[in-house]
Amino acid sequence: MSPESDRHLLINHKYKLKREKKIVFTWQIAILISFFAIWEIASRLYWIDPLLFSSPSKIVELLMNKFSDGSILPHVQVTVFETILGFLLGTIIGIIIATLLWSSNRLSKIMDPYLVIMNAMPKVALGPIIIVALGPGYISIIAMGAIISVVITTLVVYSGFKEVDPNYEKVLKSFGASRFQCFKEVIFPATLPTMISTLKVNVGLSWVGVIVGEFLVSKEGLGYLIVYGFQVFDFTLVMSSLIVIAVVAGIMYKIVEKIESWLIKHTG
Amino acid sequence: MSFLTLDHVSHHYFSRNNYTKALDNISFVVKDGEFIALLGPSGCGKSTILSIIAGILKQTTGEVLLEGKPINDSDLAIGYMLQQDYLFPWKTIKDNSLIGPKICHSKTPEVENEALKLLKEVGLANVADSYPNALSGGMRQRAALVRTLITDPKILLLDEPFSALDYQTKLKLEDLVSKLLRAYHKTAILVTHDIGEAISMSDRILLMNANPGSIAKIFEVPIELRNETPFLVRKHPKYQLLFDRIWEELNKNEINPEQAKGAANQDES
Repeated sequence: MSPESDRHLLINHKYKLKREKKIVFTWQIAILISFFAIWEIASRLYWIDPLLFSSPSKIVELLMNKFSDGSILPHVQVTVFETILGFLLGTIIGIIIATLLWSSNRLSKIMDPYLVIMNAMPKVALGPIIIVALGPGYISIIAMGAIISVVITTLVVYSGFKEVDPNYEKVLKSFGASRFQCFKEVIFPATLPTMISTLKVNVGLSWVGVIVGEFLVSKEGLGYLIVYGFQVFDFTLVMSSLIVIAVVAGIMYKIVEKIESWLIKHTG
Repeated sequence: MSFLTLDHVSHHYFSRNNYTKALDNISFVVKDGEFIALLGPSGCGKSTILSIIAGILKQTTGEVLLEGKPINDSDLAIGYMLQQDYLFPWKTIKDNSLIGPKICHSKTPEVENEALKLLKEVGLANVADSYPNALSGGMRQRAALVRTLITDPKILLLDEPFSALDYQTKLKLEDLVSKLLRAYHKTAILVTHDIGEAISMSDRILLMNANPGSIAKIFEVPIELRNETPFLVRKHPKYQLLFDRIWEELNKNEINPEQAKGAANQDES
């Protein structure tokens, strides 16, 4: 084959890839638009009760007002702040506990049944106790965001530690490395990708914890807006808050994903 | 002068309700600068011996002495090369080769220069800042060799370091390792199941039996072969003679356990 026709094949291949991407994107947009269109129509024609399910136009109107007068921003800020802190704390504490378990086989055997119970238990059920213990405020809500992800992080990271090829440790031990050096040089860096992927899971989990926490006790935040909207029967407010949560949570997930790919690229 | 002594070393692996005797009364002596090959079928405890010498495993009974001292008390560096390179994928080749000094807190600019020099010697100077996944298997194993040599070990333990490579790379690397070990006057123990590799690289071959691991026979490699490079040894007429003797001995050892196994199978049926 001549280079000319090879090049032609490549161009053809690129074109096909581009077309496929376009088709997927078109469908994604189509689903989004039709979802909102059907919602709007259903609401206007009273197929669904507009009082309960609101409508996209009302939500847009409400969001425009709330954003232009800035009254929704503090709520977004508070919830985002609580979520970030919650999932960072949950992840870091989880990794620390996993490290402790790794450092002592006996400890991990002793703790095993408790971890199983803690993991099986629905953590949001602890909400009232946390609020009683830590007081009705940010700290309780952040604790909710953290506690919901801490146990699963511990379990996932600990099993990641144990799955590292023992021959890497063998190499270091032949140089007389201590257990701490093995952890620092092999176990931790080899498990970094696992830790980052738990970060991704934890973002979602912490949103659950924080929103439930705000349901239970708060004067600010998107969870508070949902509960408030529910109490005063303003479902447009409930739906608007949901949409803001969906958008912000999506952005946060994407950011973590970007951090993940950056870290993986720069740590080999 | 006896450099390394194994005196009636036995090792057991314990499981929940059983145990396997991996090594049974292994005794041998390695002289300073000598190259020993441990040859035997898989599962005969060759690698266990190396782990014990390296101090990673503790033998259940017996004594291992390095220059007259128990190995755990000895502060002599031991170099250990495994079947695969086990280079850390998140470190560059240079950092990988310097991991030993880093662990021992002896990483100085001089040691770094030494590492670069060694990398150059094995032909890896131009990839010192690359990551292992950019290198071929042979290059990676050469980097692992530098990592092993940089701590200036008095004894090198080679656990089938060439078995994962293609034949051509393996032959080249054998020559390189043999040349380097001779140049730096290192004592080495090579574990292998490849008769040709054992003959071409070592001065003495300890043939091992399996179940439990024990030394069946010791072969001295003729002096003419010792001074040749591994590649040329394979062409030497005496190579084939020794090969045949070892081959015969291996088969003899194999027949007996096989017969025993056959009898056991008949009992079951």
